Amino acid sequence: MSTRKAPTGTSRPTTYREALREGLREALLQDERVFLMGEDVGRYGGCFGVSLGLLEEFGPDRIRDTPLSESGFVGAGIGAALGGMRPVVEIMTVNFSLLALDQILNNAATLLHMSGGQLSVPVVIRMTTGAGRQLGAQHSHSLEGWYAHIPGIRVLAPATVDDARHMLAAALADPDPVLIFEHGGLYNAEGSLDETVDAVDLDTAAVRRSGTDVSVITYGGSLPKALAAAETLAGEGVSAEVVDLRALRPLDDATVMASIARTHRAVIVDEAWRSGSLAAEISSRITEQAFYELDAPVQRVCSAEVPIPYARQLEEAALPQPATIVDAVRRTVS
Amino acid sequence: MSSTTSHHEGKARATARKSGRKKGPTTAARGTPDGLPVPGHHLSLLRRMLAIRRFEERCVELYSGAKIRGFVHLCIGEEAVAVGVNQALREEDAVVSTYREHGHALARGVPADAVMAEMYGRATGCSRGRGGSMHLFDAARRFYGGNAIVAGGLPLAAGLALADRMRGSTRVTCCFFGDGAFAEGEFHETANLAALWQLPLLMVCENNLYAMGTSLAREHAQTNLAMRAASYGMPAWTVDGMDVLAVEAAALRATESVRAGNGPHFLEAQTYRFRAHSMYDPDRYRAKSEIEEWKGRDPLKGLAELMRSEGQLDDRVMEELDKEVLAEIDEAVRGAEEAPLEPVADLLRFVTSEPGSTA
Repeated sequence: MSTRKAPTGTSRPTTYREALREGLREALLQDERVFLMGEDVGRYGGCFGVSLGLLEEFGPDRIRDTPLSESGFVGAGIGAALGGMRPVVEIMTVNFSLLALDQILNNAATLLHMSGGQLSVPVVIRMTTGAGRQLGAQHSHSLEGWYAHIPGIRVLAPATVDDARHMLAAALADPDPVLIFEHGGLYNAEGSLDETVDAVDLDTAAVRRSGTDVSVITYGGSLPKALAAAETLAGEGVSAEVVDLRALRPLDDATVMASIARTHRAVIVDEAWRSGSLAAEISSRITEQAFYELDAPVQRVCSAEVPIPYARQLEEAALPQPATIVDAVRRTVS
Repeated sequence: MSSTTSHHEGKARATARKSGRKKGPTTAARGTPDGLPVPGHHLSLLRRMLAIRRFEERCVELYSGAKIRGFVHLCIGEEAVAVGVNQALREEDAVVSTYREHGHALARGVPADAVMAEMYGRATGCSRGRGGSMHLFDAARRFYGGNAIVAGGLPLAAGLALADRMRGSTRVTCCFFGDGAFAEGEFHETANLAALWQLPLLMVCENNLYAMGTSLAREHAQTNLAMRAASYGMPAWTVDGMDVLAVEAAALRATESVRAGNGPHFLEAQTYRFRAHSMYDPDRYRAKSEIEEWKGRDPLKGLAELMRSEGQLDDRVMEELDKEVLAEIDEAVRGAEEAPLEPVADLLRFVTSEPGSTA
C-alpha cells in the first residue's frame, strides 16, 4: 500500500485509485479463493496503477499477468469461478472487452439459466470506461450500457471513493457475474473516504445532493460534472438534486422515481451515445412510471454521436460537460 | 497413435487407418496389475457406444415425429471418441463439451432419461428444459455443457483447470471440440494460456473433417492439427478416432501425464460423423462414397469384430446387449413423455441466483 495521510476523525482523504486498491487488497487478504488476473496487473502494477504493490504482497499465483487475449483469460476467469475460485478479472478498457464479449454474454451471463440453476458463475470483471484523456476512439468509449442490456449479470459504476473502496467486496459476495466499470477520468480524483462505512449495497442508487427543482440522474465519471453543474445552478437559484445510479443493472427505479416525485423534472447525464443508450432506457422508465409527475419533457445530455476524437477541443465538445448539463437544466426549468 | 500424421483428404486416411487399426491395442488398455484385460472391459465399451448410437437413432425418430425440436447434432460414427476418452477420466475430473454432446454426456454418466427429458424440454431434463440438445449440464458429474459457440467452452476449461492447479489438485479437465473450433482464436488463446501456465487440461479435438459443411482443407491452411497444437509446447498426439481401444489408450496415457503435472496435452481423434451436421443439414457437401467408406470403419462394428475374433462376443450376447440398451431408451422416452413441463410461471428463474445461494 502506498503511504497516505493519517486518518482525521471519521473520514480521510484518498484517491479513487487507492480506494480501489484497498478494496482489492482486503479481498485478497480475506479469502484465499480470490485472485486478480489480467493484462499487466502484476509486474506493471496495473495499467492504471490500481494493483501496484499487490504482486509483491501476494505473489504471482494470485496476482496473475495474462497474455493479451481477452477472450481466453476472461473465459478462464469464468471457468475458475465455476471451479470454486473467486477470480477478479481486469480488462484494460471496455473497448478491449469486446474481444471477450462472447465469454461474458454467452457464458458468464447465460450458464446459470442454461443449466437450469446448476452452475452459478461468481466472477468479477473490472474494466475502465469513458473518455476525457485524449486517448482516441479505441480507448474512450462508454459501452457499459450495452452490458446493462444483458440479463444475468450485475453492472456497477462506482463514482465515489466509498464505492470504489467497498463495491468489490459486495461484488465478490454475489454468486453471479458482476462487471465493475471504473471511469478512467476518476483514478486521480481525490475524495474523502468515510471510515464509518464498511460495506455498500449494490441495489440502490444514491442521492448525492438534495434538491427541489430538477433531478439530474447520472453515474460514474459524469457524477463530478453533474455535481459541478448543480453548484453553478445553485448560484442561479435552481435547486438540482443529483442521483448517482451506482448500479446500471439492475436499475434502482424506486430512487429515481422518488426523486422525480420531489422535483418533477429530469435531466439524464450519460457519457455514452444517445441512440439506444442507458439514458434512453431511464427516460423510457420515467415515462412509464412517473409520467404524471413530470412538469417538463425529460432531457438527456449524452456524448455526440461520433467516435470520440483525439484533439482536446473536439473531445471536450463530444462529451457531456458541466456547462451542457447546466444548459439542459435551464431548458427544463424555464 | 502418432504425432506426425499428416492428411489432406479422408480417403487416403481411411485406407491408412484401416490397416493401422490392426496394430492398435488388442487387449484392454485398462488392465489388471499383471497386464491381463479386465473381464468384460471390451463388452462395457461396446455397450456404452451402443447406448449412444441407439439413443441418437431414437432422437432421429423423435425429431421426425416433432417430439423434440431445435438444432440436434448427432455424433453417430464418433462414439469411440466419447467413450474412449471418458474411460480415461475419473469421477472428480471435469468435462467441457460442445453442441454435439449427447455422446459426451452419456459417456460421462449423465443418465439417459435426464438427457432425453431435456430434449423434450421437460422439468426433469438435466437443464430443466432451458438448454435442450445443445446445452446439457450436470454439475454433480462435473459435466459443464453443452456450448454452442464453437470453441466457446475452451477458455472455461482452462479456467476449471486453473482452479484445480491453484489448489494443488490433480484433477483433470477435458475439453472436447472440433476441427472447426481449431480455427477460432479461442482455441489458440486457450492453448497458449494452458501451456504457459501448465494447466491440467486435456484438449480433445474431434476432427471429423468438416466444420459444418466446410472441409478441413478448405478451412485450414495447415491441416496437420497435432503439429500446430504441438507448437504451443504441449504434447500432441493423433489417434484413430474410429478405434475405441486406441482412443482409450491414448487418453489414458495423456491423462496420466496431465495428472503427473506435465501440463496440457492435445489429442486429435480422427473421426467422422455418419450423419449430417444437424437435422436441418441436407449434407450436399460430402460424397456418398466418402460417407460409405467411413461407415465401413464403424467403431461399433470394429470393436465387435475384434471381440468376436477373440471369442468375447456372439450373436446371442449382441442381441441381449441391444435389447437392454433399447429398453433403457424406451424407458427414457416414456419418462420424458410423462414428465411435467417446467411451469411458465418459472420462466424468469435462474437468471440470477436465488435467495439462499451463496458465493
